[in-house]
Amino acid sequence: MNHFPQTWGRPRDDVYGAYDHSHFQTAGPQQHTQSPIVTGTSVVAAKFKDGVVIAADNLASYGSLARFTDVKRIRKFNDQVVVGFGGDVSDMQYLDRLLNSLDVRENYSTTETPLNAKNLHTYLSKVMYKRRSDFNPLWNHLLIAGLDGESKPFLASADLLGTTFAAPTLATGFGAHLAQPILRRTVPDEASVQNVSKDEAVRLVKECMKVLFYRDARSLDKYSIAVITKEGVELKQDEKLENQSWAFAEGIRGYGTQVN
Amino acid sequence: MASVFSGAPPQGGPGYSFKQIPTAAPSGERQHGFYPYTDNGGSTLGISGEKFTILAGDTRHTQGYNINTRYAPKLFKIGGEGPENKGARIVLSVVGFAADGDALKERLDTIVKMYKYQHGKPMTVSACAQRLSHILYNKRFFPYYVHAILGGLDEEGRGALYSYDPVGSYEREQCRAAGAAASLIMPFLDNQVNFKNQYEAGSGTGHDLQARVAQPLPRNVVEDLVRDAFTSAVERHIEVGDGLQMMIITQDGIEETYTPLKRD
Repeated sequence: MNHFPQTWGRPRDDVYGAYDHSHFQTAGPQQHTQSPIVTGTSVVAAKFKDGVVIAADNLASYGSLARFTDVKRIRKFNDQVVVGFGGDVSDMQYLDRLLNSLDVRENYSTTETPLNAKNLHTYLSKVMYKRRSDFNPLWNHLLIAGLDGESKPFLASADLLGTTFAAPTLATGFGAHLAQPILRRTVPDEASVQNVSKDEAVRLVKECMKVLFYRDARSLDKYSIAVITKEGVELKQDEKLENQSWAFAEGIRGYGTQVN
Repeated sequence: MASVFSGAPPQGGPGYSFKQIPTAAPSGERQHGFYPYTDNGGSTLGISGEKFTILAGDTRHTQGYNINTRYAPKLFKIGGEGPENKGARIVLSVVGFAADGDALKERLDTIVKMYKYQHGKPMTVSACAQRLSHILYNKRFFPYYVHAILGGLDEEGRGALYSYDPVGSYEREQCRAAGAAASLIMPFLDNQVNFKNQYEAGSGTGHDLQARVAQPLPRNVVEDLVRDAFTSAVERHIEVGDGLQMMIITQDGIEETYTPLKRD
């Protein structure tokens, strides 16, 4: 503590160096998103015989701080489409409003058929690609799960660059490294989707959420999971991870306080 | 650690008065944190023959060391009828940044369809090729980050193949490999399609050597060359694999085949 009240509560220049005043600017060129701020981690999804399962935890992180622990990152669009959001949460909320207005517009229009998952994926990927081309990206990685025009399972992704792809199993963020290999063990290709039942797929995705909670430091044991079939969307938003076993932790060496 | 406990104002740094704190940003360029491109790996290849053109591409889609999906086609039918491009006679292959590739495909496809709607006849491959060059050059200062290859049949019914760089330079060629494994496949093609470094047996030594003259190859030979090129590229390039998609454009239309490749 010193006797200059102006400096109280500020990082000390002699310890931390001079404050970077570029963060303090009031005028200057218009700035677009350069990096995400409040973020959600992985979204995992897998197709099965008559639908798709998709899950994401309920955490929104601020850097390494677990800032909001009740943020629902799985969003139902209608009775056959669900969107999962990874990445920036404010951009997710913007997209949520966008999808709401789209849904309202669709419901007022005279078209008979509602938008299916394939339609919505096309729409969202064009939004994402447009924004990246304007150098003003929506910092998200989206998974669009549901049923296509022929009521067959549909699962595809769109990210902040406008990149799109579809696969029998998908996972964003950390899940691409940790969950995807586990998912591919059961569903290696499009043909094997037919051999997977709803219960199996749900169990598989839950297992992935568990592995992610074990190893992803920005994850939570509270998550949302949705199952989309012809019967509609079954969305649960306050699931808790079950049957955790941290027994494996004993065997981990080389971190923390133990020497060997 | 002495400085931590010193109560004295720092030497040379900004003073403690609020008035001295600048409110404007230091002038100069600021670095953008967002890079709008990525590389989605994969490779494509096209060979034109006497009465056909073959375009091929693997179906792996990558980002860094991740495989996004094992089936993402890089070959697109251009023109024809409806979203399935029924009756199309032109094929576009794109490799590089897949999102740009999809956008480019969509633009060329609508242009070729509008051409038929407005002129009442299908667009020729040479016209389509020039139009594609213009589309690419129109984005000269924010390019579509793709290597495009366009294939079809020309007005005489001969195989036509055009290759592009990301900003629209283009050329008609006999064969071209593009993408991640282009540097592995192209020399093989030079040797096997254009017979580079091949000489007539028994034509002598030194200056007497007669170079073997390239001639259009039959379809089955070309198909085998394509398959060999890709199975070899899969062995040596991590971004190539999973599946091989081929489109063969002939007088009768476009034949499409898919053969599995190694998934490791």
